[in-house]
Amino acid sequence: MISVEFSDFGWRHAGRRAPAVSGVDLRIEPGERVLLLGPSGSGKSTLLAALAGLLSTDSGESSGRVLLDGTDAAARRGRVGILFQDPETQLVMARSGDDVAFGLENQAVPAEEIWPRVREALAAVGFPYPLSHPTHALSGGEQQRLALAGVLARRPDLILLDEPTANVDPEGAEAIRESIRKSLAETSATMIVVEHRVADILDLIDRVVALGPGGEPVADGPPEAVFAEHGRSLAEQGVWVPGAPVPDRRGGGAGPSRLRGEQLTQTYPGAARPALSGVDFDLREGELLAVTGPNGSGKSTLCLLAGGLMKPTGGRTSVPGEARPLHRLPARRLTTRVGSVFQDTEHQFVTGTVRSELAFAPKAAGWARPRIDARVDELLERLRLDRLAEANPHTLSGGEARRLSVASALAAAPGVLLLDEPTFGQDRRTWGELVDLTANIRDEGTAVLAVTHDRDFAAALADRELVLRRGEVDREVGRC
Amino acid sequence: MPANDSPTATAFTRWRTLDIVTCAVLAVAFGVVFWAWNFVWTGLEPALAFLLPLKGILYGVWLIPAVLAPLIVRKAGAGVFTEALAAVVSALMGSFWGVLVIYQGLVQGLGGELVFAAGRYRRFGTGIAAAAGATACCAATVWDLFAYYQNLDFWAFQLPYVAFAMVSGAVIAGLGSKALVAAMLPTGVLDSFPAGRERTRI
Amino acid sequence: MLTLAPVSDERAPIARANPIAKVAAAALVSTTALLAGDWLTPLLLLAALAAIVPFTGIRPGPLAHRLKWLWLAAGTVTAVNTLFAAEKTGTTLLSAGPLQIASDPLIDGAALGLRVCVAATAGVLGFATTDPTDLADALTQQLRTSPRFTIGSLAALRMLPLLGAEWRQITTARRARGMEGGRNPIRRARLFASTMFTLLVGALRRAGRLAMAMDARGFDSAVPRTHARTQRMRRADWLILAAAAAVSIAAVALSVAYGTFKVLVST
Repeated sequence: MISVEFSDFGWRHAGRRAPAVSGVDLRIEPGERVLLLGPSGSGKSTLLAALAGLLSTDSGESSGRVLLDGTDAAARRGRVGILFQDPETQLVMARSGDDVAFGLENQAVPAEEIWPRVREALAAVGFPYPLSHPTHALSGGEQQRLALAGVLARRPDLILLDEPTANVDPEGAEAIRESIRKSLAETSATMIVVEHRVADILDLIDRVVALGPGGEPVADGPPEAVFAEHGRSLAEQGVWVPGAPVPDRRGGGAGPSRLRGEQLTQTYPGAARPALSGVDFDLREGELLAVTGPNGSGKSTLCLLAGGLMKPTGGRTSVPGEARPLHRLPARRLTTRVGSVFQDTEHQFVTGTVRSELAFAPKAAGWARPRIDARVDELLERLRLDRLAEANPHTLSGGEARRLSVASALAAAPGVLLLDEPTFGQDRRTWGELVDLTANIRDEGTAVLAVTHDRDFAAALADRELVLRRGEVDREVGRC
Repeated sequence: MPANDSPTATAFTRWRTLDIVTCAVLAVAFGVVFWAWNFVWTGLEPALAFLLPLKGILYGVWLIPAVLAPLIVRKAGAGVFTEALAAVVSALMGSFWGVLVIYQGLVQGLGGELVFAAGRYRRFGTGIAAAAGATACCAATVWDLFAYYQNLDFWAFQLPYVAFAMVSGAVIAGLGSKALVAAMLPTGVLDSFPAGRERTRI
Repeated sequence: MLTLAPVSDERAPIARANPIAKVAAAALVSTTALLAGDWLTPLLLLAALAAIVPFTGIRPGPLAHRLKWLWLAAGTVTAVNTLFAAEKTGTTLLSAGPLQIASDPLIDGAALGLRVCVAATAGVLGFATTDPTDLADALTQQLRTSPRFTIGSLAALRMLPLLGAEWRQITTARRARGMEGGRNPIRRARLFASTMFTLLVGALRRAGRLAMAMDARGFDSAVPRTHARTQRMRRADWLILAAAAAVSIAAVALSVAYGTFKVLVST
């Protein structure tokens, strides 16, 4: 148990003019379990990094003080454990047990004490594999639980959780929360968690602190009181407030067929069973087809095959007006037929400004200059990117980057839009924007296929749902 | 608190974990890049061995990490560390040149490092980058001659090989790395490094 | 494929040997081959290596797979040094216009080709049977290398399969944006450069997050680390080293006795 105190704390990242946070005053008592809320960019992660002693003087400029039990936080790093959101960049070692041991070796725990503590920590999070299990073979959710074990093994007095479930699918996220629940019950450590999906973790916390845009606390108190009083403004800022309704943006009815997949089958080299086997679908104008299913059910493979981005080992995807299957179309022609939006938007950026990003596909497709300019201006305005026209795509916020990737996929006016996990890791406000944007695109006549884990997204938008299981169609649900 | 936009850390202060991991991840990433490069030029490599001077022209691609890593982290030894690790990675991945590839990595890393050391790790401009690329390629090809092409005619093969490789090193590894850094600056990934501090505040 | 998985079973004798002993033995033999300029020394070393293979526990299949391009590499080195030799002395074996093969360059070329074979075989025995974690442990414990650099490198190695998969995803995303290499070499080079740039930006972001996660678990603390796993030099490991030294010395000695030994090829 340890107390936490920010007094007039501020931090400006090197290279940034505006501070990430400034004038923060906040005290947390020993043993409290606190949920930290705030719009994206309010500096929640910066505050956690400051507590963990990770803001070094050569990466920016600080002001004020951060104290743990009255002592400068940087000097108490060994007593703080932090879990970040990205599972892939938290694990250090190739074998699971070694990874938990890593933090103990750094703490100079004697060798004979290391392994009992590793086992204890793995048991505390309910890790189901032996110590030698390779870390690269774990799912994202399992990797997060292993990383949590790595945090707990060091027996921290302050546990910081920075959106621990944001990059994980719903089943994995529930298992992580279960691990957190279980391990918190066994420790008296102070805990601070940052999380957008509030409803899922209400039972873990006894205090909510909501930050304003500059990092200053704007609401503070027991969860029920804070949500009753500030629920509406928090929702507007991007927080998933418990009980907020899901919008209904289902479409008005489907038109003619725009994209058809027949007996699509894909077996990857060296794989024991096909990732996708004999899947049929028919995507029609003005409808949104949600493709759902557990991890490894072949959703992403279906998305790649539907987009003509990979040669199927069996079957074909086709659009009306093209004799050849999609995967045999030249890339610059493909962009005028089908637009694909990937989960990692950064993979898709090919130029240095938002404007040239939008002009890229039409130019490759051989459009005339005036037509390209008109199209780019139209997209900039429609997707509210006009202010950012000259910005570098890699510097955009999560929501902006997502809008740009959708806009650039639509740039060469394809009739079909494919989305792979469009809402993954987004806060409530961006989520709402994406639902509206997708609904508008569909209602203007584009056929949309969305691969998603997100139940709310499917509920809000899907006209039909295709459920995959082990590479096959489990069932198809029509909802019109 | 002092303003930290002008780097107080120099090439000789302790490496941060970030510096170490960045060089190491660059070495691994270039392991992937070279693996893909071999796919782009499948079959070309053995053919080029018969046209040794021509092989020199593409040599610069292999030396990008020797220049890029020092340009980013600006620490003494960054070039040698990154190249040596890249060589170990390729040995572990199964390059059958075995220990020889590690010698090669050390030699070419040192080749580039010499130039940055001559600039006392304070100059990281275009000229220095090009020179580092050239010397790295020079060291690498001289090593090649010693290990594999000792018997060749000096004027017809050995000299043109080294000379072409040095031009390639200056252009592809030197200017190419400089261009990569320039393109990376606006993305923000270099903000925690000295190179990133030169960008105007946003 | 992009993997660091060793070619041997983890219970094979060679997989249990200390990595430093293996790598040092491979280095001894390879360096001897590198310094010797004659054909006999590398041939003897190669024979010795071939004689050891059955006792290492390496499965022949994966070994052959690793070495499947060796004949091409060694053949190329031999051919190039024979055809383009500076001095074509000795008996002329073939003369067809500009193409001339003489006996002396052919012998020297074969010596260089054999050197490649020795380095390759020793490299596979030394490195391809080694688990990277074991190598890092042995480096920090036996050779006392800096734990921060060694473990930092090991952590980055974990990213290899991840970055390999990412390369493919980026290429696919490029096609979705209308960018494709095709047969045009310039377009291919541009696509390659653009893919590399995106990979590097992602890799640097990951490096930043990984470094922060490592420091959060105390990697940056000034306390000397303890070792959860121990690597030791056992008697068998010293024997490996001694055997490598003995084989190297014997090969050189035999070659000297036979009168073929020389230090550089072209002397």
